[in-house]
Amino acid sequence: MTEAATAQKPSSTGAPVVEMRGISIEFPGVKALQDVDFRLLPGEVHALMGENGAGKSTLIKALTGVYTIDSGQIRVGGAPVSFARPAEAQAAGVSTVYQEVNLCANLTVAENILLGREPRKAGAIDGRAMRARAREVLTSIGLHIDPASTLSTHPIAVQQLVAIARAVAVDASVLILDEPTSSLDADEVAELFRIMRTLRDKGTAILFVSHFLDQVYEISDRMTVLRNGKLVGEYLTAELSRLDLISAMIGRELGEMDALARMTASHEADSSRVPTLRARGLGRVGSIEPMDLDVHAGEVVGLAGLLGSGRTELVRLLFGADRPERGTIEVDGKPVSIRNPRNAIAAGIAFASEDRKGEGLIADLSIRDNLVLAMQASRGWARPVPRRLKDELIEKYIELLDIRPANPDALIRNLSGGNQQKVILARWLVTQPKLLILDEPTRGIDIGAKAQIMKLVATLAAEGMAVIFISAELEEVLRISDRVVVLRDRQKIAELEGRSASVNDVMSLIASHSDGSTLERNAS
Amino acid sequence: MMSANVTTPTPATTSDPVAPVRKPATKGSLVPPRLLPVLATFVLFVLMFGTGAARYENFGTAQTVANLLIDNSFLIVLAVGMTFVILTGGIDLSVGSVVALSTMVAAWGLQAGLPAPLIVLLVLATGTVFGLLQGLIIQRFDIQPFIVTLAGMFLARGLAFLISAESISIKDETFRGMSGGAVTLPGDIVITYGVVIALTVLAIAAYVLHRTRFGRTVYAVGGNEHSAMLMGLNTARVKVGVYTISGFCASLAGLLFSFYMLSGNALHAVGMELDAIAAVVIGGTLLAGGAGYVVGSLLGVLVLGTIQTLINFDGTLSSWWTKIFIGALLLAFIVLQRAALRRRQ
Repeated sequence: MTEAATAQKPSSTGAPVVEMRGISIEFPGVKALQDVDFRLLPGEVHALMGENGAGKSTLIKALTGVYTIDSGQIRVGGAPVSFARPAEAQAAGVSTVYQEVNLCANLTVAENILLGREPRKAGAIDGRAMRARAREVLTSIGLHIDPASTLSTHPIAVQQLVAIARAVAVDASVLILDEPTSSLDADEVAELFRIMRTLRDKGTAILFVSHFLDQVYEISDRMTVLRNGKLVGEYLTAELSRLDLISAMIGRELGEMDALARMTASHEADSSRVPTLRARGLGRVGSIEPMDLDVHAGEVVGLAGLLGSGRTELVRLLFGADRPERGTIEVDGKPVSIRNPRNAIAAGIAFASEDRKGEGLIADLSIRDNLVLAMQASRGWARPVPRRLKDELIEKYIELLDIRPANPDALIRNLSGGNQQKVILARWLVTQPKLLILDEPTRGIDIGAKAQIMKLVATLAAEGMAVIFISAELEEVLRISDRVVVLRDRQKIAELEGRSASVNDVMSLIASHSDGSTLERNAS
Repeated sequence: MMSANVTTPTPATTSDPVAPVRKPATKGSLVPPRLLPVLATFVLFVLMFGTGAARYENFGTAQTVANLLIDNSFLIVLAVGMTFVILTGGIDLSVGSVVALSTMVAAWGLQAGLPAPLIVLLVLATGTVFGLLQGLIIQRFDIQPFIVTLAGMFLARGLAFLISAESISIKDETFRGMSGGAVTLPGDIVITYGVVIALTVLAIAAYVLHRTRFGRTVYAVGGNEHSAMLMGLNTARVKVGVYTISGFCASLAGLLFSFYMLSGNALHAVGMELDAIAAVVIGGTLLAGGAGYVVGSLLGVLVLGTIQTLINFDGTLSSWWTKIFIGALLLAFIVLQRAALRRRQ
């Protein structure tokens, strides 16, 4: 992904094919877009940049007719339009591939590509012609699968490519790709970029959204940056440095991350006392080999290892999400029996899982209601939480976590992904756990929110909470942790001092005796 | 990102060595997995029929199958309409009541001296409009189909009683002709016009579901309605459409039922919507929508009918055993569906 980065000259000429002026959209409690201008020229790849919650998805959905705009004007091909449904946008030549694969997994690959424009013979769908046409499109994007196979039998990455095939199949004048690369591997991304360049050279206007800066710099000609629902500016990719881009996106200097590094290192865990968590010989067949683990109050313990090394499996045992088959767990020196998450919560253990969507935020309730549910659950139904305490706690956590909007009555489903993640954290924090387990809390969220979460972890530890921190990014684990437990092949292989260990130390530990499995890299 | 995917080299399909080649996860089997549930129902039907043929004299004849069709022609039509609805992930509880209403409208109209063809049109129009209205309410106001059609169920039943609380017998020549008339197939197998109509409806439904955009959109909506909408499909029209089709089928079933019973009665077809749902589910259609075939629903009806016939032939069992068998069967099929879904994920 390094060749010819940023070197492409925008071949864009002439009038914009999409022109959006003064677009505003408001959801209850959230100003999703305020007076945003955006234009898309034919024959360019235009990256839409911004943090989570900046309004990228909203802008796209405004253009494709999923949301109706409150004010402003949209022109496609020079003519003012107001799409009420995605079908109308598609008819006008605007084709979209959304972040989540929006296909019907129960139908065949060919149907998913051509649904709604199947070739017909005498009024009836011509199955053979449909499969032939689908095969043509698939071949053109370098995907060799059987068009007659059911979509659900293919892995997500292939499904994502099928979604792109669908978008390509219509010869759209505008192609919108919202995070199309998040489930693709390097070869598939290269293939996608090849297709994008071909389409661009044919004059298609491509709107591209990605969290991966490398990819954005490789493929895009121009960028529009949004922040908090407002337009920051439009730039030529070749003229905007990464540092400038990032500060445009987050609106503050990057120095904060470094200050954080110093701050975390300044607190001291008292390891002479009884540990908050003491696990001995904890294990489960097929999940994790028996191991010992101590976590003290005020200490951050990082779990480092490759994907599948047993990081998540270990914490699932601690939380009772999987039932431990052997070993003992003590909390504050008292043995506890953890057979399910309720036992764990009762013992003061909280677990924010890596599966954010399944985490159990209730999307149709407000921030306040979600937090109250958690408080109430931790107290039992018979002891109501006093109203004043409720309001105090909610205000405290909204401020502490910088949840945006800072309105307790905003509905969860109107929040961005990063802010939903913060609410999940808040939800656990209101239960005031002794041990907080965070599994990949920073995955897929932007730099600004990442820094906030890291800072929060440091603050919580300084206040005496014990924390287990998991991240695929070793630097992150090392920066935040007092102690790092290194896992390989479902075994604990070492414990390091977080402050003195380097990424290289950990990597060589993992690589030693390793059976040649490749290191997992996280590209964000 | 490095790939965690293992790309197994498949020699036959590719010309480009760089492009990732993936085979579907399912192993090569004789029957595509999506046909398995229908096949299971077919096997079940054959087994049950075989049991009957082995145990009772005069059971294992083609005429027994024909009789199954004759006695259940209305249920076949009802199940076909229900299949459309369930394929979108919906449900239509009103159809049994619409059958009763249809028999009442027919009997009452004939009694009033209206010509039979007009009555047929009137009944079909009533059911179709009834379904259309339910569909519009479900789609426009985004209300659970369960609730809307539950209301429709009470409404249609009430309307039937409004016409008359008493049973009205049908004496019209045309209707009696349809009732008594029969088609003799080669091998001296006799079927009624009702069976011909039911099988025609089935064939048309299969064509619509598999060879038209409307039909494929029905499956798409059942698979993932949000995706279907984002794919630019006209999901609104399809959602309204399936309830309209179901309403039409219910009124047609009502006509067949009045041919069969030769009376109109507000108490006809109580609970028949549940028989139709049972037939569809036993026929392998997922209640969650998106997978299933009308042929499966036909087999489902035949299975239900066979249970009934077996118990009749036996003579010693109470007819309530029918319900017990259907209950057990339904449960088994739903658990199987669940297991199959789990494995797919």
